[in-house]
Amino acid sequence: MIATDSAKGLAADGRAPTGPGTRTAGAVLLRRLLLPVLVIALLIVAWDVAIRVLGIPPYVIPTPASVGQALVKERGRLLDNSVPTIVESLGGFALGNLVAIAAAIAFVHNRTLERALYPVAVAVRTLPIVAIAPIFVLMLGNGYAPKIAIAALITFFPTLVNMVEGLESADPQALELMHVLSASKTESFRYVRWPSSLPYLFSAMRIASTSSVLGALVAEWIGTNKGLGYLIVLTTYDFRTALLYAAMVVTSAIALAFFFLVSVLEWLLVRWER
Amino acid sequence: MVFGTGPGAVSALRDVTLDVARGEFAALIGPSGCGKSTLLRLIADVLQPTGGTIEVRGGPPMRARLAREFGFVFQHAGLLPWRDALANVSLPLEVGGWGRRHAAPHRPEALLDLVGLQGFTHAFPRQLSGGMQQRVSIARALVTGPPILLMDEPFGALDEITRDHLNQELLRIWAATGTTIIFVTHSIAEAVYLSNRVFVFAPRPGRVTEEVRIDLPSPREPALKDTPEFGRYTAALRRALAASASA
Repeated sequence: MIATDSAKGLAADGRAPTGPGTRTAGAVLLRRLLLPVLVIALLIVAWDVAIRVLGIPPYVIPTPASVGQALVKERGRLLDNSVPTIVESLGGFALGNLVAIAAAIAFVHNRTLERALYPVAVAVRTLPIVAIAPIFVLMLGNGYAPKIAIAALITFFPTLVNMVEGLESADPQALELMHVLSASKTESFRYVRWPSSLPYLFSAMRIASTSSVLGALVAEWIGTNKGLGYLIVLTTYDFRTALLYAAMVVTSAIALAFFFLVSVLEWLLVRWER
Repeated sequence: MVFGTGPGAVSALRDVTLDVARGEFAALIGPSGCGKSTLLRLIADVLQPTGGTIEVRGGPPMRARLAREFGFVFQHAGLLPWRDALANVSLPLEVGGWGRRHAAPHRPEALLDLVGLQGFTHAFPRQLSGGMQQRVSIARALVTGPPILLMDEPFGALDEITRDHLNQELLRIWAATGTTIIFVTHSIAEAVYLSNRVFVFAPRPGRVTEEVRIDLPSPREPALKDTPEFGRYTAALRRALAASASA
């Protein structure tokens, strides 16, 4: 944490220099973006070659080209089914995180509550999502509610664990300082504990951003006739493998977009970690 | 001051009596675990004594804490990493309702100047060296203009060159503000160089075994460290510490 050079990275006016820094940042971004794209392209080529060489029938594994065609031809259908999945994932993500943050705050302020409820939270986590999904459908019906609940459940745990750790990671000296300054509990929370927890919260949210999509997907396997999860199950049964793969690509894209959004938010809000 | 209860209880401090006069620079020196930091925290109302009385400017420590009559400087700067230097310095003005009841005696920028950090107002703690971080924390402790400064081994984690430099700065700040300073340290030379009076602590239970008045001329210059008088004081303190360790 402690910079060795006393004025490291600082111009005379106390601001970080911009000129050469941004150019390197651009190069880094290019390398970090270009490299994975290149790897993905190579994998697609390998996939295509493997199918041709090994003579795999299209209902087992479709060619990349047919998946591409399915993506274009069936775009209306893929889009229609994406909307519910996106709504459920986002709803579950928001709900799960809010409940987890609230629970973590309560735990940090009340040890008895933590001792009583933390094991329950862990126990709930060990229940298989695939088994809980039909139970939630039974309880909450066929609408958005059970899917949001499952996406929330899958989001809840990593955020709870990280958030408790984050709130407790606050510098003890900073907390002692707040006491010396006669700060209220609310001020100690607002000025020290909450910002200390943000890096932890964001690393949990990055995990949750993709797993909430997974939760919504699993929830759509039963008791519904829309959503990418439903489309995946349907096309599997029908051996419409190209559309199945297209649906998987779209699901991945959605999860990636969520991940990207959370990362951007982190970049904007947790500036001091950079 | 006793920590814990029953057979596992630890007597951190016993029969400690010391008076620090207004405007004085008092150093508390002793081996680790002798209770000097505990004493500082009792004065600061961070800990409550199990017995005895502490008076800060004629009242209980809690009154002094609520009235912001002391600033506290920790061993590690304890800056908030999400606030720049200026925002860290103005933190005491924002919390505890102090800023609503009082006008700030100093501008936070002026204090950054005082500790020699002009030009670093918008630097974040991670962009600052350890010594610079500690300067920010001194500015933070002084921003509400407290008559007392409590310092808990503030330069203990710094290299000797930075430490000597900050010692000189602290003497300058002391002269400029007229603050009473109670300074906890492990360093004999630092205690002699900075203070008017040194209290020597012994451990288990923590107690004051000796009180040494330092009659060296002010303002103090680094060359003072090479004088025989300075050497006599450090030798005396070294003997006192050795005696307190065997006692």
